[in-house]
Amino acid sequence: MAYSDKVLDHYENPRNVGTLEKDDPSVGTGMVGAPACGDVMRLQIKVSDDGIIEEARFKTYGCGSAIASSSLLTEWVKGKSLEEAGQIKNTDLAEELALPPVKIHCSVLAEDAIKAAIEDFRGKADNKKADGSNNADAPNNADGSGKAA
Amino acid sequence: MTSLNRRPIYMDYAATTPMDPRVAKKMMQFLTPDGEFGNPASRSHAYGWTAEAAVDEARTQVAALVNANPKEIIWTSGATESDNLAIKGIAHFYGGKNSKKGKHIITSKIEHKAVLDTCRQLEREGYEVTYLDPEPTGLIDLDKLEAAMRDDTILVSIMHVNNELGVIQDIAAIGELTRARGIVFHVDAAQSAGKVDIDLSSMKVDLMSFSAHKIYGPKGMGALYVRRKPRIRLEAQTHGGGHERGMRSGTLATHQIVGMGEAFRIAKEDMAKDQTHTAALRDRLYAGVKDLEEVYVNGDMARSVPNIFNISFNYVEGESLIMSLKDLAVSSGSACTSASLEPSYVLRALGRNDELAHSSIRFSIGRFTTEEDVDNAITHVRAAIEKLRALSPLWDMYKEGIDLSQVKWAAH
Repeated sequence: MAYSDKVLDHYENPRNVGTLEKDDPSVGTGMVGAPACGDVMRLQIKVSDDGIIEEARFKTYGCGSAIASSSLLTEWVKGKSLEEAGQIKNTDLAEELALPPVKIHCSVLAEDAIKAAIEDFRGKADNKKADGSNNADAPNNADGSGKAA
Repeated sequence: MTSLNRRPIYMDYAATTPMDPRVAKKMMQFLTPDGEFGNPASRSHAYGWTAEAAVDEARTQVAALVNANPKEIIWTSGATESDNLAIKGIAHFYGGKNSKKGKHIITSKIEHKAVLDTCRQLEREGYEVTYLDPEPTGLIDLDKLEAAMRDDTILVSIMHVNNELGVIQDIAAIGELTRARGIVFHVDAAQSAGKVDIDLSSMKVDLMSFSAHKIYGPKGMGALYVRRKPRIRLEAQTHGGGHERGMRSGTLATHQIVGMGEAFRIAKEDMAKDQTHTAALRDRLYAGVKDLEEVYVNGDMARSVPNIFNISFNYVEGESLIMSLKDLAVSSGSACTSASLEPSYVLRALGRNDELAHSSIRFSIGRFTTEEDVDNAITHVRAAIEKLRALSPLWDMYKEGIDLSQVKWAAH
């Protein structure tokens, strides 16, 4: 089991671990994966009024490569617009972390997580526009009652 | 890894043990020109006679640990070969094309791969195999075993001590069931010899596989017990010279055999001491981690050998746990080195859910494990669990009172 130095660094010192208020309309949450498959990622982004990701937080249940992929992702998305963040490719993450072929799925999961977080945020924004109220029933993947994306 | 004392704490004795220095010292006498290097099959000179005497002594030592006749011990390259020889040997002898007895074999889902893969091969050859589910404790239910027995059943193969869980099967009781029906009974005792009392004069076991390197002997060495009364017959799987009563040809590896004999001699002498030692350390280890929430013991501690201790730390993933425990040499139930993550088939067979199966750690300790090792292990485990739970979204959900089994996860 030879992990790259970058994976080990993110694993030993994960960046941006934590939780943002999931009901905050400026926060988007993406939760992907399944315990049965051995990895679950929760990625949260806080988006400014002009559509820039100001904060990113994650928690990951999974192997070292999954933790490193999500940690690196939080570093990359910060300061990016939603469009830019949505274009992050799993192959870029895998290349940066030098993931071996059997761990590519960890980077795929990270790409899925940011897409899910962006979708969640946009869903909230659309709901807000639609009825003008702060809709508490907005679909939210992080509350555990719905399905993980 | 540069110096000896900076190596991880070794807690993987069920994978292999270091050789007892007494064993290594004895083996050294059977290799070099000034030693007893002869071929035990050489009948025409003293080199051969001395080597043969050493082999005979070792055979007696192995037999003594399990109260068998030395003539019932066949040398092999290890428990895997013993399992292959026992199962294929019986199947081919009793279930071959000229036999009227049948082609049905019973084993369990938590056997070692040496048994399971051999049974799979026999299925390809046209045999029929029943794989019994264990109870959630890891034990085989004797009623279910009995119900699986048929008129055409030729062999039951059940391990004595499970390598992942440490649970001890009641082989004495199983032997009563098989003997009453004229079914051959094979037991893989790789993990039980030297750990549990075995008395083959009273247990109705027909074949028993042994390994040397699980009990402080050399790797690449094993034995198969083949009962003489009533006589059990095997079809040889290796031909060439008719060594070992024709059941396993090949020049005997005197130094390896002597090492196994010495390891079994020491095991007999030290078994009580080893058991007390490992039981105290296992209890110390468990006491040091059990107050972490959501800790589950896999298997039935009350009916297990103390040297194998398997626990799951819920909401922590196995591979990351092993990565965090880099100062400990332990085994994980999560074999996620491949793209498809597969939790331990043994834990799955117990009905453990995937999360618990993924988050299991097998600690296996032994003769050379110290209290200091255990205390250090406790410190490492606690730090790793706390770190990984702080990172775990599942832990958060558990703390919020969410029932994870009710969540619809998207499998990927």
